[in-house]
Amino acid sequence: MSSSKRAIQFLKSLFQYKSALAGSVILLILVAISIYTVIAIPYEQATYLWQAGKDIWLDNPRNALPSWMNTFLPKKLPETIILDTTRNQVGVTKIIVPLGKEMSKVIIEMSFVYNYDDFPSEINLFYESNFTNSPPQLIIYWVNPEGVKLKLKDLTASNKGAYYLSSDEYLMKMLQEYVKEKFGKDPEYDITPEIGLFAKYDETILKKETTSPLKGEYRMIIEGVLFEKESDVNVKLVVYGKVYGMAGTDHLRRDLTIALLWGTPIALSFGITAALSIAIIEMIIAAVSAWLGGRVDFILQRITEINMTIPFLPTLIMIAVFYKLNIWTLLLVIIALSIFGPGVKTYRAAFLQIRSFPYIDAARSYGASNIRIIFFYMIPKILPTIIPSLVLSVPDFVFLEAALAILGLGDPIAPTWGKIIDDAFSAGALFKGYFYWIIEPSLLLILTALGFALLGLSLDKIFNPRLREV
Amino acid sequence: MSFLEVKDLYLYYRTRKGTLHAVDGVSFSIGKGEALALIGESGCGKSSLARCLIRLLPRNVEVFDGHIYLNGMDLMRLSDEDFRKIIRWRKISMVPQAALNSLNPVIKVGEQVAEPLLIHGTASREEALEKVRKMFSLVGIPEAFVERYPFELSGGMRQRAMIAMALIMDPEVVILDEPTSALDVLTQANIMNMLKRIKKEYGVTFILITHDVSVSSELADNVAVMYGGQIVELSEAEDFYKAPLHPYSQKLMASIPSLRGEKHLEYIPGSPVSLINPPMGCRFADRCPYRMEKCSLDPPSITVNKSYVKCWLYAK
Repeated sequence: MSSSKRAIQFLKSLFQYKSALAGSVILLILVAISIYTVIAIPYEQATYLWQAGKDIWLDNPRNALPSWMNTFLPKKLPETIILDTTRNQVGVTKIIVPLGKEMSKVIIEMSFVYNYDDFPSEINLFYESNFTNSPPQLIIYWVNPEGVKLKLKDLTASNKGAYYLSSDEYLMKMLQEYVKEKFGKDPEYDITPEIGLFAKYDETILKKETTSPLKGEYRMIIEGVLFEKESDVNVKLVVYGKVYGMAGTDHLRRDLTIALLWGTPIALSFGITAALSIAIIEMIIAAVSAWLGGRVDFILQRITEINMTIPFLPTLIMIAVFYKLNIWTLLLVIIALSIFGPGVKTYRAAFLQIRSFPYIDAARSYGASNIRIIFFYMIPKILPTIIPSLVLSVPDFVFLEAALAILGLGDPIAPTWGKIIDDAFSAGALFKGYFYWIIEPSLLLILTALGFALLGLSLDKIFNPRLREV
Repeated sequence: MSFLEVKDLYLYYRTRKGTLHAVDGVSFSIGKGEALALIGESGCGKSSLARCLIRLLPRNVEVFDGHIYLNGMDLMRLSDEDFRKIIRWRKISMVPQAALNSLNPVIKVGEQVAEPLLIHGTASREEALEKVRKMFSLVGIPEAFVERYPFELSGGMRQRAMIAMALIMDPEVVILDEPTSALDVLTQANIMNMLKRIKKEYGVTFILITHDVSVSSELADNVAVMYGGQIVELSEAEDFYKAPLHPYSQKLMASIPSLRGEKHLEYIPGSPVSLINPPMGCRFADRCPYRMEKCSLDPPSITVNKSYVKCWLYAK
């Protein structure tokens, strides 16, 4: 009862600082994201998705911007359009007409409305068929909103495969010829199939800067012959957009949301665990050293001094290079390298003062053991003063983890913020202008640091009242 | 043999300037339920003597030797761990000198006072807190104070809490090291009265260490005067306050104002003897008005009536 009252009192005095309120709100949001992530996407699933390679992500565009970007951009970027004959979709029809005993004719028509101001990034047609001896033969047509019908390809649909329209050299050449014929001169650039199939066919098509897509209803018509009675064919047309999801995608078509979401609980737990355990262990070492004195003090202090002269980051990098560590082993290594840190020195100085306080002497007189004195009398005495610096040191370890990931030394499996930055960096994101790819994880990192900093600074004002006057 | 008997007790500290003879061959005895007042000026070894009795020694001890018999058991032969388990707080407890600062600031007073019981494992938490309440009413603290933190208590209350803590395990001997030194006179009187009551009702043996002669007169059955690490006089209280024997005791009494009658207050010339390399012979000799040639030899303990005095004046 009284302790809950005291907690409320404490929160009241804390939240009179707006910075504390802001920091807490940021941290609460991050914690909420973490909880949601851990529940909604189990870790195994997340790592599986992140490691799965192209197959799972085949329907996603590469390097797509987050879809909310459309609200801010003057040109409306295309979303991904997927038309699948196995699914019952509006605009997709598949008719099979028997032609005699064995053979049958199949007509697939897929239509969609294209209302965007930019061309799609890629077009793929995936097909799947079953047959015993002779595979179905397909002819693929493209019809644009003006009714121009173009034969794209003759296709033998064997088992499972894909027709990558975007990399069809023949189609490219054909479109180029078509433009030349129509306007009497070569276009000033290579017309890719995406542009050729979606562009407005007027003078603008001759220049890359002016060409724009024709809005309206597009159709893909596939006519084919099935040679066997049991034979069937299904196709999936994917017109890849230039925006995707909450966070966009990377060069491997992966949805960045997964790594951004999972980065949150990993960063928080990594930072908090590291900061907390290092501070507590340092404090225990310092208390033992100060209280027992003599030889124990000598040994602990010499170990600390030696450890302080060993450069932290190079050692850590060396260990991380030799043993490809997962993130929790990395955490343990960081803790192990830091517990004999400078904190031992500062805490010891405080404990040396506390050691001679009368109440410690009194405790000794009524028979309190060394352990009891250290944990019950000495450590609680300095605990309030170190809480602010403890909170402030959390981002250090969040950044450290990200830094290691950027150096390529992070956990090879876990999706983290640092990992995204690493991927973006090695894929030349900034060079190619994929700013969102770098900015998203960086913003989250900065936000985390900001949250802890705002809270820590306000806690400092409460626990060290002398700061308030400054 | 008496209830508590101390024989030839020595405690030397190692310091940078040399060996400090804090307790230098002290012997005395107390009967059960009696109170001994240990009087002396600052730095004469009173507190060191108290620390010897409860074996609360600093790190720089050079010599710690002698015999302390409690009920016939030689405490000096116990190991540190045994001493902690058997003697501390079960037999001998202490109210430390800086009692006002002797409470852990981060623990509630009630729990702090219960600590000895919990440490020695003689009671569960609830029983211990129950005992604390009992003790609080005995020493005159409202029971609600169990839930308070030390900074919420006044000096007198904190002092009472420390006394409650000293009494909580029903020890036979309680050492009071300057129990009232930082308190106002009214609170002093209250606490001394409370101690008197406890002594009468519970038969606790008190060793009262003080530099305040008038406070000591409230409680003491016997008075020991310490000077330069030695007990120079040990008398029954009545005799002592009426007619002290040792020149130092006489000078001490002469420096205290009295209620009745005109009194010319005296002081002792010179400064207290250094306990590092103390002089041979009588340690008070340099300041003594009765200095004789013999005084450069160490005086023996001489029996005068019921008193012991360490002075050549009384040698036959």
